[in-house]
Amino acid sequence: MSVDHLLKQACEWLKGTGPNSDIVMSSRVRVARNLEKLPFSHWANKKQEKETMERLEDAVTGVELMRPSLSVRMAEIDDVDKQFLLERHLVSREHITHPEFKSVVVGDREIISVMINEEDHLRVQVMQSGFNLQECWRIASRLDDALHKKAKFAFSSEWGYLTACPTNAGTGLRASVMLHLPSLVMTKQVSRVLQAITKLGMTARGLYGEGTEAEGNFFQISNQITLGSAEEDIIDNLERIIRQVIGHEENARKTLMKQNREVLQDKIWRANGTLRSAYIINTKETMSLLSMVRLGVDMGLIGDIDRRAVNELFILTQPAHLQKIEGKVLSSAQRDVKRANLIRRRLEGR
Amino acid sequence: MLCDECGKNKATVHLTEIVNEQVTKLNLCEACAKQKGSDAEQHFGIADLLSALSDVETHPPVPGGGPAPKNKCANCGLSYEDFKKIGRLGCSDCYAAFRVSLAPLLKRIHGAQQHMGKSPSPSLLKDLKLSDKFHEELVAAKEALVKAVRAEEFEEAATLRDKIKFLEKKMKENGK
Repeated sequence: MSVDHLLKQACEWLKGTGPNSDIVMSSRVRVARNLEKLPFSHWANKKQEKETMERLEDAVTGVELMRPSLSVRMAEIDDVDKQFLLERHLVSREHITHPEFKSVVVGDREIISVMINEEDHLRVQVMQSGFNLQECWRIASRLDDALHKKAKFAFSSEWGYLTACPTNAGTGLRASVMLHLPSLVMTKQVSRVLQAITKLGMTARGLYGEGTEAEGNFFQISNQITLGSAEEDIIDNLERIIRQVIGHEENARKTLMKQNREVLQDKIWRANGTLRSAYIINTKETMSLLSMVRLGVDMGLIGDIDRRAVNELFILTQPAHLQKIEGKVLSSAQRDVKRANLIRRRLEGR
Repeated sequence: MLCDECGKNKATVHLTEIVNEQVTKLNLCEACAKQKGSDAEQHFGIADLLSALSDVETHPPVPGGGPAPKNKCANCGLSYEDFKKIGRLGCSDCYAAFRVSLAPLLKRIHGAQQHMGKSPSPSLLKDLKLSDKFHEELVAAKEALVKAVRAEEFEEAATLRDKIKFLEKKMKENGK
């Protein structure tokens, strides 16, 4: 199996189903684990890095939960494939910039992916569609149990699982939720809401610097603290906060429908019209227009497209995805044409 | 937690950025966060931040004038100075090697010093010899708690109480 296989595979977290999937795109849990004694990848020599990679590849692919799986060594694939894995949220940027002795094992329907020799020896990631953190943790914990039988992980009864960076020690758990908050952005409430979240010890990405409104109105909220609480409590705490944010977005949608119905409908239908008729379109414009179309679908205004098709377009229109679909390297200008073409076809249901 | 920028106001914005593959975690007050938003050029490495957090603890007083803490991890050769520069530890043994400096750092980052979550499942504890380790640590923690209460070190006592609770829970699970 090669990376190309993933293009044909139905990816679970893009399904557009699950609790609150009109606002929550996906839920994700990441767990960090390390082998005892062996240096972390940034401090290891080549021999040690190789040993870690081979031992953990065997351990991970040997677990029943990981069958069938696709195992990819980052140094053995080209740049487009690396970017493709990044666009699908299967690997981190760190994993593609220093590919030597790094690998990733991707499970069925991309629910589980395991990065080997990232900052920590193992980074297990579980993704689900909609607001479903507990299911993510249940799967991650099952895989963790199975891996414990095959590898001896560094653990102290005082500081829990020991990680390369002390900010991850303890549970090694980062739970996060990708939220689509177009109405909070339109009503200019989003920074206030996200600032309140950070006061509660959570991290909101996409607020400063990383580009906010342009990136399709998506915000990722995650826990910051990993030591001192049980995994279930960390998740419960995050869920309570996310529920509040969902409530705020729902209210903002209702307010817009009541007070600014024409403005809202105009934005949504213009976005829909542009995407269905454009012949050249860049990523940035695509993201912001798709966000409006998704809002239209979620509010029941647009009835002839399903949520899954819109979700998939957010990923399929990314640069490496377009090049994989076309099977060749494309310039930026060529991609803009292919992107517009793909969107027109998909929105027409072809 | 105080703002990493001004060091005066309470940090209310926690920012994670990835710049040139370097993960940066910033804890800022609202004013500095706004400033940071408009000043995207300015970047800090996590190493700088950890270094700032752990600076105070670099040379802890040694009770009774005993030997200074070991300079390097015996397993991987990383020094605490290296850690301050890189922002990452070298191996799992570093946690024991730099225990004196890492304990207060972990407390500052997480506001806690005792793991309360999942541990290797009871059936595996025997293989890992963690069961005996838990017992030893439990006895030691109970003794330390008595001392801490006598010395009226209540913060320390609270930490030890959490630790005892955790260890007792694990011992009980193990006994099942």
